[in-house]
Amino acid sequence: MIWTSVSQFLDMGGYGFYVWGSYLVTLICIAGELVLVYNRKRTLLKHLSLIHQSNKQEKRNETAS
Amino acid sequence: MGRKTSQGNSVYLDMAINWFKYSSPASFYFLAGKMIPLFSVAAVLFCVVGLYIGFFVAPTDFQQGEAYRIIFIHVPAAWMSMFLYVVMAVWSGIGLAFNTRLSSMVATAIAPTGAMFTFLALWTGALWGKPMWGTWWVWDARLTSELILLFLYIGFMSLQAAIDDPRRADKAGAMIALVGVVNVPIIYFSVKWWNTLHQGATVSLTQSPKMATTMLTGMLIMSIACWMYAIAVILIRTRAIILERERHTAWVGELQGAER
Repeated sequence: MIWTSVSQFLDMGGYGFYVWGSYLVTLICIAGELVLVYNRKRTLLKHLSLIHQSNKQEKRNETAS
Repeated sequence: MGRKTSQGNSVYLDMAINWFKYSSPASFYFLAGKMIPLFSVAAVLFCVVGLYIGFFVAPTDFQQGEAYRIIFIHVPAAWMSMFLYVVMAVWSGIGLAFNTRLSSMVATAIAPTGAMFTFLALWTGALWGKPMWGTWWVWDARLTSELILLFLYIGFMSLQAAIDDPRRADKAGAMIALVGVVNVPIIYFSVKWWNTLHQGATVSLTQSPKMATTMLTGMLIMSIACWMYAIAVILIRTRAIILERERHTAWVGELQGAER
């Protein structure tokens, strides 16, 4: 094993800021991209179902009149 | 070509016979939906294994100490930034040449992920450059051409976003993608062609790798993880783009009951 303690692992031989700075920003970017792409899809599906409902409503109105 | 969702199941049975079926956005939508979970699981697994090897198995570098562990994200991100650009240009080109809607949609879906990996390559590079070279940034060939790659991705996205008609946006974007592709070999060979602070390629097809086997293994596994992640997220985004562009068609209308 390379590391003998957690603090040694976090310190990364004095390069902790650089190593963890890299991995942390990577994590933030990936999480951010996933949130954005899922939001895009959710908004879209919500929008589509609204259109769909209003279409149904129109048809109902047409048959009623 | 397989437009109706009611035929959903027969579409998959035909897989071995008619590959062109999947050039239709509607059939691709369902195929992509089945593939996303597979690539997502693979991405997580490869990432866990890759990081374990990178942080617990790979030894300390005799020259760079622990700082070299940035390599496990820096090199895969840099490779992805270049690969994804080429893939984006190829799909753009196919869309332009054969007027296939789906290929252009895939190209559009690749751009944000490619830009993200380009940013990560630059960011992790800066954090690696500071302790090793004593500077966050230098205007040398490798770094500058990678920065130009980021601008190409941003240019592609903003141009497409500025044009209302999606088919015209596809064509305009394809021009940027195809012209910009000359930058990729420049990035790759920049360390050979010019004097630079950046080290040469650690892994090449013609020579044996210049690094310890465990380090190399960790790096390659992390690259596979990045590939799997990129494929999964690009498929998710392609599906969203398909829905956006095909929202007036009958099959998207039929989808309302099934999904959500």
